[in-house]
Amino acid sequence: MSRHRHIGKARPRPDAADKAAGRTLYINDLVRPGMLHGKVKFSEHAHARIVRIDTSRAARLPGVRAVVTAYDTPEIRIGFLNDNFALKRGKVRQFRDEVAAVAAIDPDIAAEAVDLIDVEYEPLPGVFSLDEAMAEGAPLVHEMDARGNPLTTNELSLRYGHESGDLAVAERASAHVVEGRFSTQLMQQSCLGTAGCIAELDMSGNLSMVARTQIPFLAQRDFMRALEALGLPGRNCRVIVPTLGGAFGTGLDTHAYEYIAIVLAHRTNRPVKILYDREEEFANLSPRQSAEVEIAQGCDREGRLTFRRVRVRQDNGAYASWGATFPTVMLLPVTSLYRVPNVSFDARLVYTNNTYCQAMRGYGNPEVTWPIESNLDELAEAASIDPYELRMRNCNEPGETTPMGLQVTTCGLKECMEATAAKLDWGAERRARRGVGMASLIHVGGSGRIYKSDGGGVIMKFDDFGQINVSYGGVEMGQGLHSALSLTVAEALGVSPDKITINPTDTGTCPWDVGTHASRGAFIACNAALAAAEKARAQIFAAAEEVFPRLARQNLERYRTEHPDYRVPAFDVATAAKADRFELTDGQIVVSGAPDEPWLKVDLDRLLRAIHFRGSRGEVITTAAFYEPQSELPDWRKGVGNMSATYAYGAQGAEVEVDEETGEVRIVRMVAAHDVGKVLNPQTLAGQAYGGLAQGVGYALYEEVRTEQGRILNPSFTDYKIPTTHEMGFPVHLEFIETDDPAGPFGAKGVGEPGLVPTAPAIANAIYDAVGVRIRDLPITPEKVLRALDARRAVNARKQTSTP
Amino acid sequence: MNVECTLEVNGSSTTLQVAPSARLIDVLREDLGLTGTKEGCGNGECGSCTVLLDGRPVNACLLVALEVEGRAVTTIEGLLGPGGKLSHVQQAFVETGGIQCGFCTPGMIMSATALLEATPAPSDAEIRDALVGNLCRCTGYAQIIESVRAAAELIGPGSGGETPR
Repeated sequence: MSRHRHIGKARPRPDAADKAAGRTLYINDLVRPGMLHGKVKFSEHAHARIVRIDTSRAARLPGVRAVVTAYDTPEIRIGFLNDNFALKRGKVRQFRDEVAAVAAIDPDIAAEAVDLIDVEYEPLPGVFSLDEAMAEGAPLVHEMDARGNPLTTNELSLRYGHESGDLAVAERASAHVVEGRFSTQLMQQSCLGTAGCIAELDMSGNLSMVARTQIPFLAQRDFMRALEALGLPGRNCRVIVPTLGGAFGTGLDTHAYEYIAIVLAHRTNRPVKILYDREEEFANLSPRQSAEVEIAQGCDREGRLTFRRVRVRQDNGAYASWGATFPTVMLLPVTSLYRVPNVSFDARLVYTNNTYCQAMRGYGNPEVTWPIESNLDELAEAASIDPYELRMRNCNEPGETTPMGLQVTTCGLKECMEATAAKLDWGAERRARRGVGMASLIHVGGSGRIYKSDGGGVIMKFDDFGQINVSYGGVEMGQGLHSALSLTVAEALGVSPDKITINPTDTGTCPWDVGTHASRGAFIACNAALAAAEKARAQIFAAAEEVFPRLARQNLERYRTEHPDYRVPAFDVATAAKADRFELTDGQIVVSGAPDEPWLKVDLDRLLRAIHFRGSRGEVITTAAFYEPQSELPDWRKGVGNMSATYAYGAQGAEVEVDEETGEVRIVRMVAAHDVGKVLNPQTLAGQAYGGLAQGVGYALYEEVRTEQGRILNPSFTDYKIPTTHEMGFPVHLEFIETDDPAGPFGAKGVGEPGLVPTAPAIANAIYDAVGVRIRDLPITPEKVLRALDARRAVNARKQTSTP
Repeated sequence: MNVECTLEVNGSSTTLQVAPSARLIDVLREDLGLTGTKEGCGNGECGSCTVLLDGRPVNACLLVALEVEGRAVTTIEGLLGPGGKLSHVQQAFVETGGIQCGFCTPGMIMSATALLEATPAPSDAEIRDALVGNLCRCTGYAQIIESVRAAAELIGPGSGGETPR
């Protein structure tokens, strides 16, 4: 029996009924009185000088209220490296560059007006691959950095690396060494709810911004800089986050369209909404970064890992987003997945004239877990060791400090791998063309420090009716944060979850939070909530010393009226009513050690009213707590630092069947075993695991944003395939390992991202097991499998003919 | 140049002036305030805008409003029973964890409702076939399939399914 009333029990999420009824309002559904509709004119070239922009015809169209370009508005620099602009001046660097925008009274007029804008370009030669961009004398995407210093290369100045041990010695001493080159593709986050915002300024120049963001407070800072550029220094910006139709990393940066909405709202003095349609979303919203990876790993005769060398190059696209910090998370698996004593890592990012990239779930981790775990199977084969056995011999353990300096407190990797192997019947005989594979993961499980504060706060407000309103500055985007938070508050306070309301996220009312990334939402929010609940209980119990005895006596009088024969037990309420003896359970205040009598239980709402309505000593209970996890901001160049308060582990396994005629891969079943620390709500947890795995399957087999000379070729769900019920028509077995982490709320670790991290290599390893071909470039399409099978047949044929 | 259009939506008849080319989804959302029907793509690819037309699931983004005059349109709002009670399918999605961000949910529930009306005890394969046009990015579909199974049980055998009004 669990000692918890709510934690660990399946319970519908608090927002489910409204969503099922169609009553939930997303950005698509929100309107403001007098609201105008903004629309962006995007570039028609990947790299070109802007010669002339003629907006006169658009401006004359009835219903148009404003047309703006960079030439008639103040410069607003945006982006992680300040290398981007709300509206482009001088030249465009990618197809989706924003050259102009309009605000009109309805979306159709806005679209018509955008088509009436004439832009004359002088095309420039572009760079569309890493090799082109790095070549001697390549055209520069940016001639200057944000400070105005001239640039001589397309390589970004960001540096990430790691060196530990002695690679050369370790490599020479290895019994087996396997090298390989792997790549991953551009992936679209594919939120069902597309991008959009509403910007509105008041008469003092304060901005209210309804934004689809995961970083409300960093966005507030960004938007305030835009206000400053517009001549409104010191004005406030209030960021309000509507219900999100998914986010998956798209909300980790502020976007040009948001600044354009601000510019248009400022220009027109009206609220302005910009909403992307699906084609705009595909063509103009940054996808996940791609990566090219060279890897080498070695082991000794017993299969113990001796070294790992990883070199990463990423096509950053035309501008830098927070996605340019993917290597900060790559460091985790590179240095710390399995015990490996000698590690070398280097990551470089390069500007090109391709679409610029941004974050997505997993944030660099899948990009390197793909080569590490694929290459590990090749190493196992070279060493003639079963791949599961090789992994178990190198498994991480609690108490370890890894080469990166990660302090492993709890680690359920061994249990995860055991569960995966057991559920897959590892080692069993299979029919022809069927195979199994597995792969593991490490991820931040106690937030991930990539900013000077990695904290978040909670405000807990009690009203006269026993309702508790909780404000947290992080973002519910569908993942179930509000479920975990409301259960945590209910558990910690001792009330029913029905009494908890989680307020909308709003920088005007919620305490600061760095943002909902790094699987940190529930970890941070619940830890802050535990502290705020503790303060609330202390305040309530202190005040109860005065009011509880009176309320209990009133109860007793009423009880005796109803039960005239009742014999009052000898119990001195006034003496017993001490703060340290009160307990709050199931919404009632009781005194520990008191007889179990109904009159000695006081409902919380009644107690709160008594605390409030007591003359000059009256008070209402509101508490706040800010939680900053125990972790270090790493030195990224050295790749050292304990960036999270704890680490999440997991393993996934796949059984696949490969059709050798078509190259098609059919997943027969999958297993996902995750070290989650502690299950808070099994229903929402399963949702995170199933959903992550499905995105991992899309990443492995189906999804790729295809481009040609910088133009996106497949901006629709018909041409960009995300998994449907058919692709996901195989059984998935979930296994949750509870390691009860001391840093986690009730022992829980972050679980948002791990689900998609090891999926692709698990599937690729199963394909190899099935038909003996190794695919190194994602996604694993039937064409690639077929080509690999054909190549192998040709090699075999040559071998046969050359054999005398 | 608007024209008169009489629509039967969720059991009641409304006459309104619409552009001849107005899409059903826009009339539902903009003119009738039924914003439960979501637009995820505008191309009939994602299923977020699924409504029932004479009980069959259709994409409201692909239909011109004038084309559906005189036919029964049911939206997610129309599934609610007296007093705003959730339908069995809606209730099953809530209780079984078939909902995350919720954007695909109304369309998903409409497709599931149509399925269970025609096939009260569907196999998993039938459920997957019925929902293949409804994209979801959050759930991986597992708990959605479970929700439809749970809904079938809630409705029970021989009840004649979940009759939308």
